[in-house]
Amino acid sequence: MSPTPLGLPVARPPVHGHGNLHAETAFPAAAKEQMRNEQMRANIHHATHTIRAKRANVTAELPDWEALRDAGSAIKQDVGARLPELLEEFEANLTARGAHVHWARDAAEANEIVADLVRATGVDEVIKVKSMATQEIGLDEYLAGEGIAAIETDLAELIVQLGHDKPSHILVPAIHRNRDEIREIFLNEMPGVDASLSTEPAELADAARTHLREKFLSTSVAISGANFGVADTGTLAVVESEGNGRMCLTLPDTLITVMGIEKLVPTFDDLEVFLQLLPRSSTGERMNPYTSMWTGVTPDDGPQDVHVILLDNGRTAVLDDPAGRSALHCIRCSACLNVCPVYEHAGGHAYGSTYPGPIGAILSPQLTGITSAENASLPFASSLCGACYDVCPVKINIPDILVHLRARAVEAENHTIPSQMDLLMKGASVLMSRGLFMSVAERLLPLGHLVGRRGIGWLPGIAGGWAQERIVPTPPRQSFRNWWASQEADND
Amino acid sequence: MKIALFATCIVDAMYPRVALATVRILERLGHEVIFPPGQGCCSQMHVNSGYLDDALPVVRNHVRAFADARFDVAVAPSGSCVASLGHQQPMVARAGGDEALAREAAELAGRTYELSQLLVDVLGVTDAATDLGSWFPHTVTYHPSCHGTRLLRLGDRQSDLLRTVGDIDYRELPDAAECCGFGGTFSLKNPDVSGAMAEEKIGNIVASGASICTGGDAACLLHLGGAMRKRGSGPTTLHLAEILAATREHPLDPTSYDHSIPEGARR
Repeated sequence: MSPTPLGLPVARPPVHGHGNLHAETAFPAAAKEQMRNEQMRANIHHATHTIRAKRANVTAELPDWEALRDAGSAIKQDVGARLPELLEEFEANLTARGAHVHWARDAAEANEIVADLVRATGVDEVIKVKSMATQEIGLDEYLAGEGIAAIETDLAELIVQLGHDKPSHILVPAIHRNRDEIREIFLNEMPGVDASLSTEPAELADAARTHLREKFLSTSVAISGANFGVADTGTLAVVESEGNGRMCLTLPDTLITVMGIEKLVPTFDDLEVFLQLLPRSSTGERMNPYTSMWTGVTPDDGPQDVHVILLDNGRTAVLDDPAGRSALHCIRCSACLNVCPVYEHAGGHAYGSTYPGPIGAILSPQLTGITSAENASLPFASSLCGACYDVCPVKINIPDILVHLRARAVEAENHTIPSQMDLLMKGASVLMSRGLFMSVAERLLPLGHLVGRRGIGWLPGIAGGWAQERIVPTPPRQSFRNWWASQEADND
Repeated sequence: MKIALFATCIVDAMYPRVALATVRILERLGHEVIFPPGQGCCSQMHVNSGYLDDALPVVRNHVRAFADARFDVAVAPSGSCVASLGHQQPMVARAGGDEALAREAAELAGRTYELSQLLVDVLGVTDAATDLGSWFPHTVTYHPSCHGTRLLRLGDRQSDLLRTVGDIDYRELPDAAECCGFGGTFSLKNPDVSGAMAEEKIGNIVASGASICTGGDAACLLHLGGAMRKRGSGPTTLHLAEILAATREHPLDPTSYDHSIPEGARR
């Protein structure tokens, strides 16, 4: 054994994340199951196409949209490169302004910290601002196990929670539901709701408002995520549409924020870029209705007991991979979901993670590491059409990262007994590395005529996936290569 | 100009008429076309399936096959394969530790054009009827394939050429920029989603009122055409090179497509 030189840091393997990130069913099977739900597909088709058009309009009207995207990308790259020093600067500024900063390596640590903080206040009910980080770590479920009820106050999250359902979209968690289904959920699950409730959006919103207003006024602890954390001031920011987040952030005595460590921006001025990029990309609005910012504790105004939990949960592991790390630039706008045809047909639940759609297909398996055939299936859940990259406000090259992760997924497989795909790829590699081999193999093309003019409607093994959806046409009698060679021979 | 044809594996094996049409268009413009015989595939299928090691010999072969030939520019009747040359081949070579191959691949990719790029940007074709004699009196809609659109940024090159074909009845395709659902081995691994995407595209093709859907990528057309036949939908698919190559003197009958180059056909 060679001695470890003193003073040299020992390279430690990256620590991966846990929580609601692991797909339990491989994507093709999960998608097939979800696609049976025609109502869900119709709801998602309608919603994504509506938001898509709005986004296209409000981004096209900005002459400096591309420059903003470049700036967003550059700022996030800078954050990744200087993450340790920026986090310490952020912590120092938060502490100086009276907030308490906690560090959580993974979901389990973050959940325990939150539960301890809530228990210390003596309450058993908390209100929540819509937050992806707390979905990721499964906070609501964990708190429920600890005897603490967490009430979601974002309207769509409330619909999901009351429906004992899972979110299926980053921005619009109940995108898979329509108003008839929402009315049913409210009637069955919302205490004290009027039985004459109609399916009018205003009436549904009013029912939720009455239900939530009582909670806002009676609950002393709130839990939030954060869209941005500003390192040079210690400011946290939440952007939202409803104002329910603002209620949670201002009314209670105690405010606990769980923030992924990649949510930092270096300076307050950097918000200028992201507060233009985010609303236009996510809801297709020029400006979101509510932007709440708070910096530690403001004496006698708002929560006086302020906590921030900085969550890693695999983010450092993602940062470790130069080819995949830009997935951490994501600002959770969901523009990539809204333009993705795979998401549109399969729906968010097919991805089996808090993060669905194209960004989820690259983020989830990176946060957890490729641990199973199920989550290794996510990078393959794309036709690589590239629509996601075109709309990403921080220019994450999702298709390239998908391809990179596919190679990692194939590496992680056990190839002792070659799979059909292994054999197909090896065979094709040998064949396609020599024009002569192709020429010889293509002499078999006329065999395809044995199937006649109707083409081939069934194929064995993995090729069956092709024939399931398509007829394979009768091949030509001669390949171009061989036809050309015969022409050249005639000319000689 | 001396132009090297990169037929691409799928056109070579399944759509030889598309390669022949490409040759005829270029020869009509007075250029000499050669076919480097060692060529195989761009390697995109391997790369996108995660098999970089198996992609490396395919990349090496492509670069060697064209290095052995003398030509001014190369052309391929595919946006996806041309995009892969510049976008993926150098990456595959670097992943395999072959920096020299990466440079050669990038250089070759730099002078390989997708057909409409070559016609419009290099050869200055602005009107297919006038410059190429193209004549195709049928209702046609056009699916702009994803890699041509988003990786090569072909813009209106292909559709402008099609619109200027003599007597063509050009129909707009609703939601044209949506992927058709092919996606290489995606179509095998995720057949249900791929099929649903094809169905949506087919619905738009039917809604356009066209009897033919054309495009610049044979693989997308193979997928879409096969999905239409499986579902018994009316329209068929046809590569844009064949439409551009069709003339009044040598019209193309699209009603019964035989993949074989007709007996006795000459360049």
